[in-house]
Amino acid sequence: MGKHVLIMGLLMGAILLPSQTWPEELPALKSVHVELPSGDSQFPGGAGADAINNNCLACHSADMVLNQPALPRATWEAEVHKMINAYKAPIDNADIAPIVDYLARTKGTN
Amino acid sequence: MIDRDTGMGAMSLSRRRFLAQAGFAGLSLSATQAWAQAIVRLPLASDPRDRPITSEFPQKGALILQRTRPPLLETPLEVFDQGVFTPNDRFYVRWHWADIPTEIDVGTFRLAVRGHVNKVLSLSLNEIIRNLPQVELNAVNQCSGNSRGLFQPRVAGAQWANGAMGNAKWTGVRLKDVLDLAGVKAGAVQVRFNGLDEPVVPEAPDFMKSLDIDLARNGEVMIAYTMNGEQLPLLNGFPLRLIVPGWYSTYWVKMLNDIEVLDKPDDNYWMTTAYTIPDTPYANIKPGQTGVKMVPISRMVPRSFITNIADGASFPAGVKTLARGIAMGGDTGVAKVDFSADGGKSWQATRLGTDYGKYSFRQWETDFTLPERGAHSLMVRCTNSANVAQPSVPNWNGSGFMRNVIETTPVTAT
Ligand code: HEC
Repeated sequence: MGKHVLIMGLLMGAILLPSQTWPEELPALKSVHVELPSGDSQFPGGAGADAINNNCLACHSADMVLNQPALPRATWEAEVHKMINAYKAPIDNADIAPIVDYLARTKGTN
Repeated sequence: MIDRDTGMGAMSLSRRRFLAQAGFAGLSLSATQAWAQAIVRLPLASDPRDRPITSEFPQKGALILQRTRPPLLETPLEVFDQGVFTPNDRFYVRWHWADIPTEIDVGTFRLAVRGHVNKVLSLSLNEIIRNLPQVELNAVNQCSGNSRGLFQPRVAGAQWANGAMGNAKWTGVRLKDVLDLAGVKAGAVQVRFNGLDEPVVPEAPDFMKSLDIDLARNGEVMIAYTMNGEQLPLLNGFPLRLIVPGWYSTYWVKMLNDIEVLDKPDDNYWMTTAYTIPDTPYANIKPGQTGVKMVPISRMVPRSFITNIADGASFPAGVKTLARGIAMGGDTGVAKVDFSADGGKSWQATRLGTDYGKYSFRQWETDFTLPERGAHSLMVRCTNSANVAQPSVPNWNGSGFMRNVIETTPVTAT
């Protein structure tokens, strides 16, 4: 029987619609409990990184930003506003300029 | 042709680590790390190109760390050389919001079906598995932004090389059967899917995706409860994931727990703003071009890759060599794969491997000889069964979506 099912499965794999299989094969799912790495490293740069560290680590780890290519200052400015407008990042107006400066300084195109 | 290495899942951690390092030796291992952490240098268009190889994520082996929280983990190219099916523990991972449940109880989990239906449902996993016909399908899951890191000019977003994709055998139930249980009312236009993940900031847009009602009921779209014969890794969407064959992964909602039938089009951020592409051939525009009509991304396009030869590899001139790799047709099957050893001047047909269905990866292989010493460019081109071939010029758009240019592997004959 096992072999029969296997052959059927192989034959049916090639047809277009999802193929129906046998009830004996129903899986028994098991509960899962895992732990995820915290991803809490900070942006480098000491005091010059205070604004970005205080505002840009709530939703994603720093590597999201550090792995970006060098981008024009205007693109960095647009990214910060996208975080505020589209993703509702709670950022003080006063912190926007130091964050954009940090990004343009460390990951700018010129 | 080789088949899937089913032993991979059982491999010990240290062996996986060893393989990760060995596999990448050709791509430059950096010795700058304090202790033996492998670094891969991705063939991205500009720096930073180095990424750690991590085995720190649950139920996952060695993967390229693109982002720690929420996880973005890329499948190394070498994995695609090991078979047509991507092992679960090497399958790429992609989340938008960091509030991801780390504990799922299979006894209490429920899938809601609600909205424009006759009967609101709250289905247990047992009911889904036992009461509905089981179906299976082999299908490629690919991120809309796969290969974004190869875009020039560069664009912001996850800086993937080519490994934000994978192929699996999905087993589950038809979405249509689930919708029929609830009874879709006349006037339904879309079906919206939501998973258990949530934004970190309450007022931010929850990640949800919608499909038109006809697509949702086409009998192909399914809800998977196993992947390659095992329950899904939590990071790939345990316990239930939407499968939309031929469409980009943004629609394949993970940890699916809510299905809402809508009587008007979904206007949520992830449908109308994010994941939209220029309504142009290849979703291609000129950098800086504005005023373009944008539409939601949808069907995939053909792609192919050389998987046994790394960028910069060298071979003796005049000696026959094997090239091998994978291809996908996008929203239909692979008709043919052609190979060029002279930068696209001449093409030769390759031998295709087993056909596992039109939405699956398909292997190809061919022999080639580099006639004389020096630099050469290897290229591979897939044509799908709708006669759509990969283009020779790369596309560009501001989100780095839908790359499918013919890829080039630079090599040297010695
Ligand atoms: C309220 C949550 C939130 C905060 C706070 C936040 N971001 Fe984001 N950010 C996001 C989301 C959501 C994404 C998209 C994630 C994805 O696609 O995986 C994102 C993506 C990005 C990207 C990738 C490009 C893109 O547009 O998708 C960059 C760069 C980025 N954020 C920079 C920042 C910077 C700089 C800050 C601080 C000013 C910041 N983020 C703060 C939510 C946030």
